[in-house]
Amino acid sequence: MKKRIGLHGSEFWAAMSFLLPNLTGFLVFTAGPVLFSLVVSFTNWTLTKEEPFRFIGLANFAKLAGDKEFWQFFMNTGYLMIGMPVAVAGSLCLALLLSQKLRGVVVYRTMFYLPSFTNGVALLILWKALYNPDFGPINAILGPLFDLFGADPPAWLLSTKNLIGLHVEDIRLVWDQWGLGARDAIIFMGIWIGIGGSNMLLYLAGISNIPQELFEAAQIDGAGPWATFRHVTWPQLAPTTFFILVMSFIGGLQGGFEQARVLTAGGPAGTTTTLAYYIYTKAFEEFQIGYASAVSWVLFLIIAVVTLLNWKFGSRETTDA
Amino acid sequence: MQETPTTTSGRSFGEWWFRKGRFGLSHLSLCLLALTTLTPFLWMVLASFKAVDEIDGNLNPFPKIWHPENYGQVFEQIRFARYYFNSIFIAAWVTVLQTLTSAMAAFAFARLRWPGRDQVFKLYLATLMVPGVVTMIPNYTLMVKLGLLDSYVGLIVPASFSAFGTFLLRQFMMGIPRALDEAAAIDGASHWRTFWEVILPLARPGLVTLAIFTFMGNYGSFFWPLVLIKSDALRTLPIGMLYFDSVYGKQTNLIMAASVMNITPLIILFVSTQKFLVKGIQLGAVKG
Repeated sequence: MKKRIGLHGSEFWAAMSFLLPNLTGFLVFTAGPVLFSLVVSFTNWTLTKEEPFRFIGLANFAKLAGDKEFWQFFMNTGYLMIGMPVAVAGSLCLALLLSQKLRGVVVYRTMFYLPSFTNGVALLILWKALYNPDFGPINAILGPLFDLFGADPPAWLLSTKNLIGLHVEDIRLVWDQWGLGARDAIIFMGIWIGIGGSNMLLYLAGISNIPQELFEAAQIDGAGPWATFRHVTWPQLAPTTFFILVMSFIGGLQGGFEQARVLTAGGPAGTTTTLAYYIYTKAFEEFQIGYASAVSWVLFLIIAVVTLLNWKFGSRETTDA
Repeated sequence: MQETPTTTSGRSFGEWWFRKGRFGLSHLSLCLLALTTLTPFLWMVLASFKAVDEIDGNLNPFPKIWHPENYGQVFEQIRFARYYFNSIFIAAWVTVLQTLTSAMAAFAFARLRWPGRDQVFKLYLATLMVPGVVTMIPNYTLMVKLGLLDSYVGLIVPASFSAFGTFLLRQFMMGIPRALDEAAAIDGASHWRTFWEVILPLARPGLVTLAIFTFMGNYGSFFWPLVLIKSDALRTLPIGMLYFDSVYGKQTNLIMAASVMNITPLIILFVSTQKFLVKGIQLGAVKG
């Protein structure tokens, strides 16, 4: 434990001068807005000024709880996270492949990482073309396959169908919604983008941190590759996996904005509207600042709970470099 | 996938298989996976050289006649050069400001002792979990009040302070031996000189990593420019692309040409700096 140093300690004012620019920005653009947003979520503030500004207590939150749209979009956000375990498992497989002493590992790694560092509007627009039912190459390949079974090829971003047959508005399963639609298209694209991204790099770092003796011991015990993975690699990577899952979950909760804005405008029939996109439309298209702030705080609270659970139960190994 | 069953009989064959065959199989699966990753990019590049009616849902990978003039067309139809400039200009300013303010704050957190330091740092860390949409609405209304909508200042300044950058550089600076500051102090160097002449040079890998991350992130930044920009002259590449797609959406060949030009600087930047980036991602794991 360090000695306590009073305000007159020579380093206090020096520290303040170094901290000043960042702290000012931090207070004005982060800390201040967080508090401001909380206050606003208890008001009826709109930029269109239809009714006089006033505090309305918890009315926004009550409205939200009974808002059918909110729950539909909450469900959409959850549905879009279905691909997450697949992407994480894929990242692990890639990392395992790349962790071998092979020629050209850096080249492979760069290629796998390509979608992730070029990710953005340009790639989304590319996928919009790839998924296009009229001229896109995906249906050019899949079309004949579907013809073989006498089925229509998926309409991808134009379709409300989905892999578990969710009804468009209600939370129930129906047969005629079963198929491949906009949400699945976004999931597949997300796996393509994310599989070779930072999760793969984190796994690579995790694998290289496993003590070599453990592998040697496994070899002496006559363990095959699968047994080595099952009893050495996987348990040793548990903190990394936990960290990646928590981070992906948090990312997934606030995700889906760019996809909805660029690919689908949240449609068809609102099926690709996530909470982030809902907040955007409420705030920046309908100018209901108070209500949008309330929704964003609900999202924040969910994320805060997940993060606190992570701090409580997660290993510090991967976060303290 | 890369695991192969160990054969018990025929030991020498088994060993050969384990050593060579396994690598062969690994290379095969890696090649297939790399091909899956690259195919959409290849399609994009090839489509950018096609005539628009050649992108018609038939599997004709190569253009019949190559149309490099598609690239020039993009500059004629939209102010693409302007969007390029805006994206790079804004990202460069944010990068310089963010790296500087983060480095200074990181110095205060990592190398100086003052009461309340750890509490303030925890507050910084806590805000890393705040979703962007929470701060976006108040920041937007602030920009409205300050009259900074649709201005470079409004696009640059709010993005120039980063709790994540401060965290990342603090981690780097914590690793520099304390004896160096003390030696500088004995030589009578001020904190400011210690910062510039001792700590910053030693924290260079961290600074470079943060700078590249910041540049790449802001070059492709979408949400903030989307709500802030109203005029064509201020559009950045992502906003310009969105506009191009919504207005000239039928010209898939030109849109693909624009996409290729959009991501090319990122590829160059990544390939030339990936040594730093890979380390940085693995070190600054907090942001995921």
